[in-house]
Amino acid sequence: MKTISVNIVTPDGPVYDSDVSMVIAVTATGEMGVLPGHIPTVAPLGIGAVRLKKENSTELVAVSGGFLEIRPEKVTILAQSAESATEIDLARAQESAKRAEALLHARKDEIDYKRAELALKRAMNRINVYEGNI
Amino acid sequence: MASLRDIKTRITSTKKTSQITKAMQMVSASKLNKAEVNAKAFVPYMEKIQDVVASIAAGSNDVSNPMMMARPVKKTAYLVITSDRGLVGGYNSNILRTVMSRINERHTSNDEFVILSVGRKGRDFFAKKGFNIIESSIGLPDHPTFADIKEITRKAVGMFAEGSYDEVYMYYNHYVSAIAQEVTEKKVLPLTDIQATGSTASYEFDPSAEAILEVLLPQYAESLIFGALLDGKASEHAASMTAMKSATDNASELIGDLTLVYNRARQAAITQEITEIVGGAAAQE
Repeated sequence: MKTISVNIVTPDGPVYDSDVSMVIAVTATGEMGVLPGHIPTVAPLGIGAVRLKKENSTELVAVSGGFLEIRPEKVTILAQSAESATEIDLARAQESAKRAEALLHARKDEIDYKRAELALKRAMNRINVYEGNI
Repeated sequence: MASLRDIKTRITSTKKTSQITKAMQMVSASKLNKAEVNAKAFVPYMEKIQDVVASIAAGSNDVSNPMMMARPVKKTAYLVITSDRGLVGGYNSNILRTVMSRINERHTSNDEFVILSVGRKGRDFFAKKGFNIIESSIGLPDHPTFADIKEITRKAVGMFAEGSYDEVYMYYNHYVSAIAQEVTEKKVLPLTDIQATGSTASYEFDPSAEAILEVLLPQYAESLIFGALLDGKASEHAASMTAMKSATDNASELIGDLTLVYNRARQAAITQEITEIVGGAAAQE
């Protein structure tokens, strides 16, 4: 089976590096599946899970903020933060989800509201990836 | 002349100081190692993002983004990276001196520029000068992660986008080696000099090149700042290590000198005592 090499890098260092048969990522315009031999593409990423399909397993990585660079034999994901399912600190994610929810209910001003919304999204994304229900 | 006891006290206290500086030197050395590793971990991200930005910018000439366009400069922002504490030799003073000379060269009035400061030393210095500090961040951890500095980079880039200022210069100590750091000035925004590197593949853009630049450029600018912060941190630990090493060396030299003085004084006292005894005995005969 043909494979494509995937690199996930963040400012704090590389997170993932392996060969997979398919990459599925959430981009700004929707979900995108990448198979080996894809045309060179750049797309911004949303907050979401990157699914890395191997022969008979699927790995999940939670990413937020960044973009996807595709070349025929290589996919590079540049994210501001990225954690694979095993690295996620569940307690922290739940904590920040709670905090964000409280902020959303307080409804202070426009900017805080937006930020809380994003924070909640990131936290939920982490929790989902940890639990593996994507 | 100082009494024996005085000299003894000084020797003891110098010894204690040198123990402290020696310990601090070792702490800095280990922090420096870690900081070097951090800076290295950041390199792949920076290279990649630079690659992509360059290939987009090179591939499509008609792309214009406000972050890439130079505009008439009414206000300049200076982002100055210093340390929170002293005991780092010339680390802070070198930077602050450079910034001051630049500001004096370029500006005649305090309204023409604003300061964004990282580190307590810089903030205190500019506050004393009465400059307009619009953003300051202190208490940065020794090994900052991207999340730690997100706030300040986001603000620095955001305020440029809003038009609070029209250009951003960044000052930090570039880490050359453990004994050499070099004050570096870097223009962060607008991003006018993006150089294409090596292989520039022509990409498809989803949804469009403009939309991607809009997301990408702020991230690029933010990572430039983050890179400088990591570099600055490595320099800080290196400078601190060097400063503490020379403090330790000076202390042991001082201890040597003092010990010599102490022994001389002790010998003089003994000689005098003997002379007195001999003199006394001679007088009795």
